[in-house]
Amino acid sequence: MTVIEVAKLQKRYGGHQAVREVTFEVQAGEIFGIIGRNGAGKTTTVECISGLRTPDAGSIRVLGLDPQRDHAKVRQHVGVQLQESMLQDRITVTEALNLFASFYPNPANAAQLLDDLGLASSARKPYAKLSGGQKQRLSIALALIGNPKVAILDELTTGLDPQARRETWQLISDVRDRGVTILLVTHFMDEAERLCDRIAVIHQGEVAAIDSPSGLTARVATGQVLRFSTAALADTVSLRALASVSTVEQTEGELVITGDSNTLTEVVTELSRQQLGPVNLRVAQPSLDDAFIMLTGESLTGEDK
Amino acid sequence: MNATLIRTEFKLYLRDISSVFLGIVMSPMILAILGSIPSFRAPDPALGGRSVIALYVPILLGVTITMVGLTTMPIPIATYRERGILKRFATTPARPGDVLMSQALVQLAILFTGSLLVLGIGRAAFGVSVPRNLGAFVVAFILCCAASFGIGLVLASLRSSKVAQGIGTVLFFPLMFFGGLWVPREVMPETIRGISDFTPLGAGVQAMQDASAGSWPQWLHLGVLAGYGIIAWLVAKKLFRWT
Repeated sequence: MTVIEVAKLQKRYGGHQAVREVTFEVQAGEIFGIIGRNGAGKTTTVECISGLRTPDAGSIRVLGLDPQRDHAKVRQHVGVQLQESMLQDRITVTEALNLFASFYPNPANAAQLLDDLGLASSARKPYAKLSGGQKQRLSIALALIGNPKVAILDELTTGLDPQARRETWQLISDVRDRGVTILLVTHFMDEAERLCDRIAVIHQGEVAAIDSPSGLTARVATGQVLRFSTAALADTVSLRALASVSTVEQTEGELVITGDSNTLTEVVTELSRQQLGPVNLRVAQPSLDDAFIMLTGESLTGEDK
Repeated sequence: MNATLIRTEFKLYLRDISSVFLGIVMSPMILAILGSIPSFRAPDPALGGRSVIALYVPILLGVTITMVGLTTMPIPIATYRERGILKRFATTPARPGDVLMSQALVQLAILFTGSLLVLGIGRAAFGVSVPRNLGAFVVAFILCCAASFGIGLVLASLRSSKVAQGIGTVLFFPLMFFGGLWVPREVMPETIRGISDFTPLGAGVQAMQDASAGSWPQWLHLGVLAGYGIIAWLVAKKLFRWT
């Protein structure tokens, strides 16, 4: 089932064409990522989907509804976590959650959500006294308090430390496992790679590619390079005969095998048939970063190339 | 309207000590201080037999209305926009309009509390009689609130909470002056009183003064209040941005 449908979306601010043409579909239960550099049009796209902005052209359907015309219904079923939105200094975590819960007909359990997000111990703290990570987690909690069918999360883990990021990722996976469709805007490759089923790469207001993380990396040149040594001499003839292996070379006491994404499994299986195991195995792989650079001609976070 | 929203806004207001002071404590306190001066409590033939403290009851009502309208109301609203809180609410089934409405309710409740304290202290401690023409007094009071909240909403529509606060403070003192906080209108020089007639607080205080004394306010003053109210609300409607 298609949950979000964006077709030929366009949005201009004054002289700046923020979104030129964006088209994609998000299926039920999917974690769909939108990645792109700052200013690529990601936030504008999700703000149009949330109904906060009116598109200049193109159509948007969320759960089959128009976010502009049916805004009341869309808002009930779509939880949004906005980038850079703050709360009142003196509101406590619990008060904020209870307040937002009161907006929805069938809210989630606030105490449970606080637990899940590791906020239970700061439940009585006022917003101004929360750390950056706690504010971010509260913002996520507010997006989920309405028991949404769709959650739109813009720059989910910005400002979180590595530990908190991993916990947040786990939480998002859990939320998806409960059947929530998730649209995730990010400029972190590791986040997209770890969480997303599919990713739309947005570049200068247009979709450069839509694919799974592995599908995107597979678009970059070829596959994998394996390097390892073995305790005893391996039978290179049978390794070379493997379907996924392109080349086998012996250099400086190491075997260097090139192939595709199946190569590792096939090689390890073959070695164990020979009653050998790879020692000091390294697998070099094109990364999602490489894919992004190939698709857009620029790196995601660094300088233009 | 959502009761949790109103309750939360109330709690947040009451946690801000400076707003509570400006909205509820300040005017009754000034009244109590002025009323402790014996000569201010004596009827004064130069004031038509009324006491100085009796003049100050409407003046301090005006101070409360202006304080709330120009300071404690616009700053949270401008801050809510600045911090993306209004936008955040816009993504939920609560509309940002509900936030403004609950904010207005809270501010009005504070204003009424402060005003009732002024009237109550005036009556209980200094024997200032309740407004003789109650109907006229209510009309003058409401028009005064409408003008003050309208101007406050214009401030809240300006670029930032800092600008709103700055302009609010700058406006506050001349408004107070023409409202008679330092020199009651009854003893103002003719020209100053002429200017005062066309300021919201000058017109508002005089209208409440007249109603207190038992007569109907002058149409001039009611018209000035209504004019400020209508123009300010229209300007605010035009200028206001949710984000």
